Amino acid sequence: MEHLDQLENKSIYIIREAYYQYKNIAMLWSIGKDSTSLLWLVRKAFFGKVPFPVMHIDTTYKFPEMYTFRDKYAKEWGLDLIISKNKDAIKRGIGYATHDAFTCAHELKTVALQQTMAKYGFKALLLGIRRDEHGIRAKERVFSPRSQDFKWNYQDQPAELWDQYKSKVLEENHVRVHPLLHWTELDIWKYVKRENLPVNPLYFAKNGLRYRSLGCKPITNPMKSEANTVDKIIEELATTKEAERSGRAMDKEQMYTMQKLRSLGYM
Amino acid sequence: MDKNYLKLVIVGHVDHGKSTLIGRLLVDTGVMPQSKIDEVKTVCESLGRTFEFAYLMDYMEEEREKKITIDTAQIFFKTALRDYVIIDAPGHKEFLKNMITGSAQAEGAVLIVDAKEGVKEQTKRHAYILSLLGLKQIVILINKMDLVGYKQERFEEIKKELLVHLTAVNLTPAYIIPISASDGDNIANKSQHLPWYNGPTFLAALDSFKPTLASQILPLRLPIQDIYNFGGQTILAGQIESGTIKTNQEVVFLPINKKTVVLSVKKWNQELTEAAAGHNIGITTKDDLKIQRGQVACGLEHLPQVTSEFNAKVFWMSSEGIKTEEKFILKCATQETEAKITKINKIINSSSLETITNQSDEIKETEVAEVVITTTNPIVIEDYNYIQELGRFVIIKGEDIAAGGIVIK
Repeated sequence: MEHLDQLENKSIYIIREAYYQYKNIAMLWSIGKDSTSLLWLVRKAFFGKVPFPVMHIDTTYKFPEMYTFRDKYAKEWGLDLIISKNKDAIKRGIGYATHDAFTCAHELKTVALQQTMAKYGFKALLLGIRRDEHGIRAKERVFSPRSQDFKWNYQDQPAELWDQYKSKVLEENHVRVHPLLHWTELDIWKYVKRENLPVNPLYFAKNGLRYRSLGCKPITNPMKSEANTVDKIIEELATTKEAERSGRAMDKEQMYTMQKLRSLGYM
Repeated sequence: MDKNYLKLVIVGHVDHGKSTLIGRLLVDTGVMPQSKIDEVKTVCESLGRTFEFAYLMDYMEEEREKKITIDTAQIFFKTALRDYVIIDAPGHKEFLKNMITGSAQAEGAVLIVDAKEGVKEQTKRHAYILSLLGLKQIVILINKMDLVGYKQERFEEIKKELLVHLTAVNLTPAYIIPISASDGDNIANKSQHLPWYNGPTFLAALDSFKPTLASQILPLRLPIQDIYNFGGQTILAGQIESGTIKTNQEVVFLPINKKTVVLSVKKWNQELTEAAAGHNIGITTKDDLKIQRGQVACGLEHLPQVTSEFNAKVFWMSSEGIKTEEKFILKCATQETEAKITKINKIINSSSLETITNQSDEIKETEVAEVVITTTNPIVIEDYNYIQELGRFVIIKGEDIAAGGIVIK
């Protein structure tokens, strides 16, 4: 079996398992390449259907291209789209002009997610994170429980072996499911090419710059690149020495920012 | 078939150098982005320490402060031959469940031993766990040779002691290599300090491992994972664990023991004529047998065992033990049933391999036990050495996996 087929089969198994174990489930779609690939895999797993809601956490600071992309494919693929916003924080004036990235990430993303979870009562969330993105994500489980207040107890994670994952959580808790944990950034782009997946135009180089990872506009920087096609991106990634999230200012703000954010329930 | 990808776990006693080895490997092969190396440099400087290769893997603040690995991590690297996933496993006894979580995903293993300290409790325990998990490909590294003056006598001494234990747990190492992970001896390049060693470097030894292949030639076993009814058609979805399924083939669903014919084999919008082990597919059948999750579609020949009682070896990972007659949930592939241990034949110390007792009614954390399991509902099982996917199971107590087990004769 080809490498991409191996990755795909494992992801489909995980997606189907999550849907079986936790019927009240949703997936997070950040409109980036990873969660769009995840969405594609969900469609494959269920023979073209997406049998649960797809949630976009809208900080209101996303790139205009991301909103256009979202609305186009939500319609084309018949998605049950939930747009999640922390309206209260926005009203209070929390934003990148006046607040640090940690506060914005927590308020506009984690708290927004908490509010939507409370409203719909989802027991499981599918997310497109990968182990190679960040050292702390390399420690994640495929089925990763979160407490009622969204805490991730990373120092005592449940055992996982032989395609057997956590299938029960306490009433007040939920589980994060990570079907792409075993993929790399390069795998994703090879898959985008093979499956001819739509991706946001921001990923392709314009005037010598491209975005390698998409976040909120004020804290996401493009990198120097001439890669303006999927093939050129694959070529670039095979040799790059730059970290994928080096354009994401928040990761670098201080040591262990990602760990702290994630332990509080960040994605 | 893609042979250029292999998953490898690094195990061994605490502080024998697992995370350091991986850090060194990443730096020497040039796959680690400079920004990540810089991040570690900054952290080490702020802590007043010299550069710690281990920090490239030990990403938690608590891990770095205590200088230990708490949880398993995975990282990607490559040689000229192929891509690797390296799984780092913690060496402390109390993090055994994390070590098992990491190791259960691997196709090959590297057991690392400190040349100065020699064979220790977790060295032996990890070797036994690898054997129970069915990992056959193993390389031994005798690390920190710099601390014993690169002496061959010390290397031979440890090698001899270790081989006795490995033989006892039925493991045959492909290579035993003297190294120094922190100095880079025999990692990517041959060491000048160890002229008496003529074998391969660690990197060269890795490339001798072979990826696990899906069991296509074995009889068909398709445990049903879920049943979908989108658009009026009933699709039975699942992962083919062994063998091949074809359209128009007659299959029997076990344990319910009902036969039907496969009408179609599907992958999303693709209609296939056949699919082999490793593929996640959907099938439609001629008769509506009201199949539920956990039924296993099998070919008509070489049928598996359907039983409510079997012998097994279990390894206990949870801090909470178990007593005979205590009910739990047993999961084997997609099958799930209430079950209990009716008899404990033997309890083994998973490090020393000594029999602790053969007259106990309780299994405790880190112990391995030979037991008789009785299930409330009959299940489909196989000998672990024949079809692994149906010869292994987990025990759920409360919310979590408390133990793993393998079916024995």
